[in-house]
Amino acid sequence: MGAVISLVAVAGLALAAMIAVGVGGLHFLVGVVVPGGAFVVCVVGLVCRVTSWGRSAVPFRVPTTCGQQRSLAFIRHDELDNPSGALGAIGRVAGEALLFRSLFRNHRVELDRGREKVSYVASKYLWAAAMAFHWSMLVILLRHFRFFVDRVPAWVELLQRWDGFFAVGLPVVYLTTVLFIGAGLFLLLRRLLDPKLRAISLPADYFALYLLLGIAASGVLMRHVEKVDVVQVKAAIVGWASLEAVPPVGVGVWYFVHVFLVSVLLAYLPFSKLLHAPGVFLSPTRNLANSNRRVRHVNPSNPPLEGRSYAEWEGEFRDRLLAAGLPLDRE
Amino acid sequence: MASPDDRPPHELIPIDLAPRGDWRDPSVDFEARRGSWCYPGSVKALAAMGVANPREWSPTDADWRLPKDWKQTVLEGIRERLLKYRTFHVFMDACVRCGACADKCHFFIGSGDPKNMPVLRAELLRSIYRREFTTAGRIFGELAGGRELDEAVLKEWFYYFYQCTECRRCSVYCPFGIDTAEITIIARELMLLVGLAINWVVEPVANCHRTGNHLGIQPHTFKDNIEFLLGELAEVTGVRIEPQINRKGAEVLFVVPSSDYFLDPGTYTFVGYLLLFEHIGLDYTLSAYASEGGNFGLFSSHDTMKKLNWKIYHEARRLGVKWILGGECGHMWRVLHQYMDTMNGPADFLEVPRSAATGTVFEHAASTKAVHICEFTADLIHHGRLKLDPSRNDKLRVTFHDACNTARAMGLLDEPRAVIKAACNHFFEMPETTIREHTFCCAGGAGLGTDENMEMRLRGGLPRGNAVRHVRDRHGVNRLACICAIDRATLPPLCDYWAPGVDVSGVHELLGNALIMDGENERTTDLRGEPLAPPGATGGPTHA
Repeated sequence: MGAVISLVAVAGLALAAMIAVGVGGLHFLVGVVVPGGAFVVCVVGLVCRVTSWGRSAVPFRVPTTCGQQRSLAFIRHDELDNPSGALGAIGRVAGEALLFRSLFRNHRVELDRGREKVSYVASKYLWAAAMAFHWSMLVILLRHFRFFVDRVPAWVELLQRWDGFFAVGLPVVYLTTVLFIGAGLFLLLRRLLDPKLRAISLPADYFALYLLLGIAASGVLMRHVEKVDVVQVKAAIVGWASLEAVPPVGVGVWYFVHVFLVSVLLAYLPFSKLLHAPGVFLSPTRNLANSNRRVRHVNPSNPPLEGRSYAEWEGEFRDRLLAAGLPLDRE
Repeated sequence: MASPDDRPPHELIPIDLAPRGDWRDPSVDFEARRGSWCYPGSVKALAAMGVANPREWSPTDADWRLPKDWKQTVLEGIRERLLKYRTFHVFMDACVRCGACADKCHFFIGSGDPKNMPVLRAELLRSIYRREFTTAGRIFGELAGGRELDEAVLKEWFYYFYQCTECRRCSVYCPFGIDTAEITIIARELMLLVGLAINWVVEPVANCHRTGNHLGIQPHTFKDNIEFLLGELAEVTGVRIEPQINRKGAEVLFVVPSSDYFLDPGTYTFVGYLLLFEHIGLDYTLSAYASEGGNFGLFSSHDTMKKLNWKIYHEARRLGVKWILGGECGHMWRVLHQYMDTMNGPADFLEVPRSAATGTVFEHAASTKAVHICEFTADLIHHGRLKLDPSRNDKLRVTFHDACNTARAMGLLDEPRAVIKAACNHFFEMPETTIREHTFCCAGGAGLGTDENMEMRLRGGLPRGNAVRHVRDRHGVNRLACICAIDRATLPPLCDYWAPGVDVSGVHELLGNALIMDGENERTTDLRGEPLAPPGATGGPTHA
């Protein structure tokens, strides 16, 4: 259900862009105004969201420990999975953000009913697909940097050269494009085919995937099928970035579809699950050191509560304490 | 429904891990699901806790007699907690439903109920959060994954948030570290605001507040029990130990979970501790007032946890001890390690713990001043301060169950293993996806270890039980060692069901068996009074 609704939604958005440009001639709206607005919404929304997380207090130091603690000198501890200080915690968060270490632990449970046996099978597909998806997305983003500046920086040139290493096609097909679409399709199929994933997936989960795949597809169509005039595109984007906006001339409809879907993504980002990116860094079970007993963690709003005092307790059980020969504070 | 004890494992096990249906339907048939929920908190206990809306009710009733403004109260409670707990706030937003956690929960593995997938357990609350507190949810409602908060949802919460043992296993695999324990703790707090709680949690809390321990043991009985246990110990070992209770000026306050001095097999662990202290001449005292290390406040609300925990520092100050030593207990150590200092510290009236026998200063406990008994003992062993005869445990082929909280909220993994390996000749690990940070819960933690919940306990106990059975069949394991009072209470029925022939004991029971005491009788039995294996009957040492 969610899968269909979201597909219709993303296809509808793409179609809307096509009609707006192709029929309505709204090049300026779709190519300039919408992305500008989306960009503003994205930045403001993200700042609001992250500061709202930041405003929430961290009353307790509750890291999830995934390795040996630092305790006795002769027991080797695991600084990365059970950090004893800030450095270890930084390393741990970096491992999550860059390498998805927790996802790497993943395994699948299998039940053999006949033998009444539970087994655990290492399952790294999710990790591999997530790594491929996110890292190629990053490279693709960085590659796009060349559209935003007059002189293409050397590192972008280098990145492009490596990414197009296999030199297939004209223009060259980038490895990350293939990886991104492949991994995205894997993540989508997983949601559609695995009964557990199907059960937990919300329309929003499909929407995000379709949107990203739609952006990739329109980009591929623009580059490899329509073979868009890159010079015109660049002129338009540089102009946009320097606030002297004009829509590109002589480029086809896929450019506008691409830009429109990216705009939707930008505007959607702060309100969606795509927010998980900053979540990695702010998660208290990962970014705090397990130094609980060595350094006191202060709760800014520690309620002034006390338990039942000894004196009160002794008062109630006075006779019993006496009979049992236990010492009393008040004779 | 028949008691699960009558139903053999092959009837419980045909579990379908491929969920069907729409989870957004909140209805739960409590009548049909007897055996998988716990009885509600008694009027007396709720009143003693000062909780809202104490009343007689049953989950099978159509009308749960909620306060009129319950919805307002719950929503207000969510709003307040979003500001108070960053964990809660971030975890409400950051989930991408990647499904990594789905088959990591013992209750899901053992029941196949989709709402026992951690992601859906959280969605039960998250869907309300979205609907009421996010822009997308307010506009798009169901399309954005929102649900309306109504009585059916609240009943569903009662069922599923008391079907989570706060074991944090899911949080190990989550790429964002989303910890369902945090969400369950908050959900239980919200329910408590409108008078929904289970008796197995609130009665121990009420008892602990009044008498000092969950079991409601009063000071004279406390002393009687300990004297009785020490009397039995003297029969086995010939060593007579004087109980040390409420003694001012002792160096160490020793805190244990109350079941250690009241329920088998915890009692053997208890005498194991005291034998150790006698062995090294530790200057310690127990307290009849702070006679509970465990803290069921953790399973009801942060405030309750704080009030119960408050007594420990209060008593340490009154008795004038220098530092605190804590016995074997999982959730007790979650509180002592992650909450005590923040809630009731600073403990600046105590000294940094130092082992008089070895000179080791426990720097890692420099602020809390609380040391785990396994840390303490591992240090003694490392320094060669204990005279041990591990062959007394030769009839035992031992495996070790990491407690959820000591593993995932502390990282106390190698210390207990060091103690076991010094005290026993035959030690075997369970499969690596079921130990250390991957350890599986006993399915009776977080207040769920009650008999009316037995079917769910046994279902949730499947992964642990299966791993035990694996080492039983492969290595002939017959003893499951653990460092948790709840484990010592809940693992025996679990083993009887899933891995018959395996007994449960604390680590310090094994140590107590092996300790060579000055002036002791020749040991012919272990601390349980059962005969030792004849010499040479079991071959040489095996540590796998």
